[in-house]
Amino acid sequence: MSGPNTEYDPVEVTPLQAAEVEAARDAALAAIAAAADLEQLKAVRLEHAGDRSALALANREIGALPPQARKEAGQRVGQARGAVNQALAARQAVLEVEHEERMLAEETVDVTLPTDRVPAGARHPLTTGAELIADIFVAMGWEIAEGPVMEAEWLNFDALNLGPDHPARTMQDTFWVAPADSGVVLRTQTSPVQARSMLTRTPPIYVACPGRVFRTDEYDATHSPVFHQVEGLAIDEGLTMAHLKGTLDHLVSSLFGEGISTRFRPSYFPFTEPSAEMDMVCFVCSGSTLDAEGTGPCRTCRGEGWIELGGCGVVNPRVLVACGVDPERYTGFAFGFGIDRMLMFRSGIDDLRAFWEGDVRFTTAFGSEL
Amino acid sequence: MKAPLSWIREHVDLPADLTTEQITDRLTALGLKLEAIESPGSEITGPLVVGRVLTQEPEPQKNGKTINWCTVDVGDANGTGEPQGIVCGAHNFGAGDLVVVVLPGGVLPGGFAISARKTYGHVSAGMICSAAELGISDDHDGIIVLPEGAGAPGDDARPLLGLDEEIIEFEINPDRAYALSIRGLAREAALGFDAPFRDPAARDVPAADDAGHPVVIDDPDGCPLFVARTVSGFDPTAPTPDWMVQRIVAAGMRPISLAVDVTNYVMLELGRPIHGYDADKVAGALRVRRAAAGERLTTLDGTERTLHPEDLVVCDDTGAIGLGGVMGGESTEISSSTTRVLVEAAHWDATSMFRTGKRQRISSEAGKRNERGVDPAITEAAADRVVELLVAHGGATAEPGVTVVGSVPARAAIEIDVDLPARVSGIAVDDATTVRHLEAVGCAVEVIGPRLRAVPPTWRPDLEDPFDLVEEVVRVVGYDQVPSVLPTPNAGRGLTRPQRLRRRIGRTLAAAGCVEVVSFPFVGDAALDALGLPADDARRATVPLANPMSSEEPGFTTTLLPGVLRQAGRNLSRGQAGVALFETGSVVVSSGPVKAPIYGVDRRPSEAELDALLAAVPAQPLHLAAVLAGEREPAGWWGPARTAGWSDALAIVRRLADELSVAVDIRPAALAPWHPGRCAEIVAVGGASPVVLGHAGELHPRVCAAHGLPARSAALELDLDALIAATPDVPPAPRFSTFPVAKEDVALVVADATPVADVEAALREGAGPLLESVRLFDVYRGEQIGAGRRSLAFALRFRAPDRTLTDEETTAARTAAVALAAERTGAEQRA
Ligand SMILES: [Zn+2]
Repeated sequence: MSGPNTEYDPVEVTPLQAAEVEAARDAALAAIAAAADLEQLKAVRLEHAGDRSALALANREIGALPPQARKEAGQRVGQARGAVNQALAARQAVLEVEHEERMLAEETVDVTLPTDRVPAGARHPLTTGAELIADIFVAMGWEIAEGPVMEAEWLNFDALNLGPDHPARTMQDTFWVAPADSGVVLRTQTSPVQARSMLTRTPPIYVACPGRVFRTDEYDATHSPVFHQVEGLAIDEGLTMAHLKGTLDHLVSSLFGEGISTRFRPSYFPFTEPSAEMDMVCFVCSGSTLDAEGTGPCRTCRGEGWIELGGCGVVNPRVLVACGVDPERYTGFAFGFGIDRMLMFRSGIDDLRAFWEGDVRFTTAFGSEL
Repeated sequence: MKAPLSWIREHVDLPADLTTEQITDRLTALGLKLEAIESPGSEITGPLVVGRVLTQEPEPQKNGKTINWCTVDVGDANGTGEPQGIVCGAHNFGAGDLVVVVLPGGVLPGGFAISARKTYGHVSAGMICSAAELGISDDHDGIIVLPEGAGAPGDDARPLLGLDEEIIEFEINPDRAYALSIRGLAREAALGFDAPFRDPAARDVPAADDAGHPVVIDDPDGCPLFVARTVSGFDPTAPTPDWMVQRIVAAGMRPISLAVDVTNYVMLELGRPIHGYDADKVAGALRVRRAAAGERLTTLDGTERTLHPEDLVVCDDTGAIGLGGVMGGESTEISSSTTRVLVEAAHWDATSMFRTGKRQRISSEAGKRNERGVDPAITEAAADRVVELLVAHGGATAEPGVTVVGSVPARAAIEIDVDLPARVSGIAVDDATTVRHLEAVGCAVEVIGPRLRAVPPTWRPDLEDPFDLVEEVVRVVGYDQVPSVLPTPNAGRGLTRPQRLRRRIGRTLAAAGCVEVVSFPFVGDAALDALGLPADDARRATVPLANPMSSEEPGFTTTLLPGVLRQAGRNLSRGQAGVALFETGSVVVSSGPVKAPIYGVDRRPSEAELDALLAAVPAQPLHLAAVLAGEREPAGWWGPARTAGWSDALAIVRRLADELSVAVDIRPAALAPWHPGRCAEIVAVGGASPVVLGHAGELHPRVCAAHGLPARSAALELDLDALIAATPDVPPAPRFSTFPVAKEDVALVVADATPVADVEAALREGAGPLLESVRLFDVYRGEQIGAGRRSLAFALRFRAPDRTLTDEETTAARTAAVALAAERTGAEQRA
């Protein structure tokens, strides 16, 4: 660095002459403007704004000037350097943007390439369907009860007013655990869970019991020896058939849409009295019995306007007695229907066997939640 | 129960303008569910008329057949009044007979359109019809000849043939046995429309005397009432009148002979099964008793049966001649030479009928009614009605004797609060309505203050309990009157923890790319052999079913693997390149013979009884099984496909354990159906003592082959109940340090047989509390290491909760970790 040179004659120093400074500035500005990329700009910066650039050298000479001349020369060089630095910064910004755009353009990929590297899994619609139903009951304040599929005969039949000589027992073709008098069956209905609930809980009881049940049926498009039911049981003071209907109306409108209601027809089940079959308004034709074109019969309900759901009724006091509930104080209602059948209606499944074949193309269509 | 509507209407005055649909809707609402409405003539359109054969000229043909060229008077039905020329191939009629003619323009069942056509050198303008052609019966014997006076030429023939009938089929529930009769159906229709009912059983019957066929009842509980009547001079060749045949056929039964048809007709009309004996074959008095053990009887169906001491039999001097109420015997059967008929109308104990029918595997129309309960009060009327019809149509004479032994059992009254129907139904039924409806269904009702006493009618044996009366009132008021009210239970607790965990497990598996399946839980030796289970494997101990779907799969399954493996094979055979499936379900391993108690139902079982009952039901743990076969990841632009192997099964196990915060040890194991060198035992170690949760790994090559799965397919099976039990209730929140991490890598050389898990465990323990994590990042084999050995490279991370670790602290911890690994596993640190 040059310090003030007191020996130096105060004559004009060439690099600080206005013409020289302006020439150096203009040369720098031209070079900056000509820089085509960040690399070139870096070289330009070194040459025209670096320590050894003309303007830097000129700046260094200022100290050599007599004090009265320093101010003007300082101003001149400072302005030139400022202009150069400003131009450098501006050019830098422009070139950076250009560079980024070019880089991004170069990095373009084909986003339409397949990305299914890990194949999707799914849960079974019978599982998620049962959960969907369970959630509706839980939202009403009910609880979900469970029981074993291999069940005591007494709980599956006797406790439910289906004594050994009851003709209705032959209506439910039963798998018996060997030997035939073992007293144990594959449960033919989820009702033994009701019996267990009454035997082990204290009223009020509001439980729904989804689960797997067994009957010695042929296996075809609409029958299976293994299928799924959900049953509901409510035991409380003052319960009536009206509460049964209210519960079922809420259930079907939750599953099939607002305004879908149920109707009762007198029926017979040993564990309920009065007993009813419950139908729901066809959710496809809303009971109009016609197909979408309005010309033929609705295919979902076969033109009946109603879909059979299952059985229900007021819990037979004989069942309450066998299960230790005081029939003078409590009444109850119960209902049950097939989950498989309901899902077939809801999702338009034609053949029950699709549930059991395990074809992943079927199951993945339902995802992991219904 | 099928019945022609006209037969029902004969006994109830329904308004004429009621449509069939209105009638069936009302009966359905009362509990007789409409199954179908059939109309036998619905497939016949166009002119079907009565014709009188004027001429009939037989014309032999070259083909050996003889046809009849006929002219038939069809009145004005053909528009001209001229005789109609018709060629007919049948010969069972002649000039002068009244026949049924379908004229050109008519269509017969099967879409068979009739037109005038040239045949055998004549223009045949129509067809003379047989019963088969009209779809009335399978009888091909010949054309229908109508009885003289049935109609005039040109009349519509449909009403004469019952072709304009509507036949209604109802589904009858077990409690409504009374509706298995025209009497019952008409009574319900009368109830439904508040219309006058004419009881077909209301008839004056001759008084009982001692002149009839002698009858002795030894078992009045099994047979409280027995009526016997006899007709003689019966013509066994007399035909059954057409109207009776039509009604029997319409009801779904087969006409047989007049004597049999009459008993069936009366059963359909009144609901009381009747048995007819050939009176000349009966030796001595009839006696009703229980069978002797081992007693034998050949029944009407030709089956020789060994009787049970509970079976009720009717005997004569020769021994048993019939299974009372269920099926008659062969020795006294009515035949084509029977001229004296002994008519039995008896009331039988329903339970006994049910048991005998079940035991002897006899299912009949009579049995169906007797085992559900018949009106005992019409027993004499039914016998009298049979006698009347045999006399009217069989030329018989009623013998004067009338045997009536026993009596109609008395009915107990049922007492209820008058407002019980309203309280149970939620419908505002007033007391007067309750009384009125109970009387309408036949009860004798007496109101005493707030209580009501009802004696049910004899035809309603199903009415036993207070709530039975409630149903009667409510069904007459109408089930559609029940309002819709949502109950308001106390707040619930939501799903239980196991229920929530099961959902979480399912979602975790689905997120790992597994698809859930369901399988029938039945298994047999073939499936267990395919798994390669040794003879003493616990999973061979299935609980057998007494009546399995298939003798190939006689037991309840002990493992879910057969199901998932089968379904994986099916998916691959359908073209999937790879498949990952899982299933959850109950399994049962037999722990010896199953025997559960049966208790009475008049009270709750005691706690001890309940405990014994629940303990007798075999344990049924919930299992989880998964299989991974073929491509786990497909080939793509990212690279080649990756085939599933043992590590995929263990990855799923680890993912589940992490999801549930269950600490597990993975230990080498050897168990079928896994590859003995590629099988791991999964042990939960978070609890007081370790619990084996199950196994995972690569399947044995023979197991893959047996299930059509590619080599290296992997599987796992876990006890889901045990996994859920091992899941901590509330996982504690982790605490972690924000001071800088110190990273150290170590390479340890160990024998091939030394499990990584052991080395890792030693490092962990040796490093002490400053260790944050340890992770194996490389496994290397090579010459420098030496044969039978491998180098394991671990990344160790150290961190203190309260300070930045010094180099000395980190080094000390690392050294201690390596030292313990060396001590425990012989690991040598690689330079
Ligand atoms: Zn519809």
